[in-house]
Amino acid sequence: MSGRWIKNIVLSIFMVVLTACSGLEPWVLPYERSNLADPIMSLSRDPVSSSYSNHVYQAREGARGAENGQGGGCGCN
Amino acid sequence: MVQKMVRAVVVAVTNQKRLAIVFYGLSLSLQAAVLPEDRADALYHSYDGGGVEVTGPSVLVRKGFGENVSVSANYYVDSISSASIDVVTTASRYSEERTEHSVGIDYLHADTIMSLGMTRSTENDYEANTTSFNLTQEVFGNMTTVSMGYSIGSDTVGKRDDASFSKDVKRHHFRVGLSQIMTKNTLLGLSFETISDEGYLNNPYRSVRYIDSGSAIGYSYESEVYPRTRTSNAAALRGLYYLPYRASLHAEYRAFQDSWGIAANHIQLGYTHPYQSDWIFDLKYRLYSQTRADFYSDLFAFSQAQNFLARDKELSTFDSSTISLGVSYEITPDWSLIDRASINFKYDRIVFDYKDFRDLSQSGAVGSEPLYNFSADVIQLYFSAWY
Repeated sequence: MSGRWIKNIVLSIFMVVLTACSGLEPWVLPYERSNLADPIMSLSRDPVSSSYSNHVYQAREGARGAENGQGGGCGCN
Repeated sequence: MVQKMVRAVVVAVTNQKRLAIVFYGLSLSLQAAVLPEDRADALYHSYDGGGVEVTGPSVLVRKGFGENVSVSANYYVDSISSASIDVVTTASRYSEERTEHSVGIDYLHADTIMSLGMTRSTENDYEANTTSFNLTQEVFGNMTTVSMGYSIGSDTVGKRDDASFSKDVKRHHFRVGLSQIMTKNTLLGLSFETISDEGYLNNPYRSVRYIDSGSAIGYSYESEVYPRTRTSNAAALRGLYYLPYRASLHAEYRAFQDSWGIAANHIQLGYTHPYQSDWIFDLKYRLYSQTRADFYSDLFAFSQAQNFLARDKELSTFDSSTISLGVSYEITPDWSLIDRASINFKYDRIVFDYKDFRDLSQSGAVGSEPLYNFSADVIQLYFSAWY
């Protein structure tokens, strides 16, 4: 019973999101992205350095995963 | 092709490096997903803190082939000399070297990038092999980037002076990410990763201590015992904002929890400020905090007090803070093979403050020794070239 409720809620949320997004169009056009394309707007400007910094923390902390540089680009390059 | 011509003309005519870089990025943003730039980096790194010194090089090279393929290779070395608090109190100073080789290939098709990578890490008592696959898709007019990935790792744990000791670990990583252009000056990123380990997760050299009235110092040591499985979840939210003048602010928050009872989070704030057309200055502050694993204790009441035993300070309750300063200087060498290059220096000062891990190199009643703390200096010096 509880499984059906969860399924219904998830489906309802999914439908609401789909409905809400169906009218949306990209609101930042390509020619408006010059600031976003600047190298200073990168979370991982130099991968060799980001990778090393992540390694320093991974070796000394209990937490791990979802590090900087993972999860895709900025959508502008 | 037209975009490439525009890019070349902009670079040649203006001879303004900053403008050229921005126009380069803008030209890329006008098209679908693109592969990373061709570049090579040679880095020297140094970590010095808590009696541990780690130095070595890292060389990363990336080169595209045609319009759709880019390959990369990384060579990385850690030369370690350790007299850490664990080593000082329960063992003797040691030196070792870890070498890591990675190769990767990225394939671009329309708005999709598929990436495959392999990493092999070796040291005298540990070997790790990891294979990763990532998929990145740009959607919604290239305003949204969705990514997902999976990695599988296979480690072999050995032990110095015991050739017969060999234990296995299997690792699985599942990742999803989303980055979104919010405004023409704001980017937002969300990422989530689950990691599952199974096998021998101990450090074979580390010990726990327990109260022992028969010992002259009041306590004795015995080997750590860890669970054979661990599953962790991490979620991170990141934001970037382009200020009204040419500079940027970054913020990051990550929450973490695992099946061993560790809960952690960190927040990081950063500011990037270019100066003239050649210099970029970076300033960051990071604050990290975690709670201990369920089976961690600085001092157990007696031998074999519970099923699982740990006294690894990385599993204890502690806070750390980092201040980071970076400077990059860009040069345009008069070499036909290189478009531009940069010389970069970064310095991090990290302070660790442990809440339930005691410094046994200091005197004190058993279980009341001073709490341990230390600071570390981390230096990165590297040269980057784009071609």
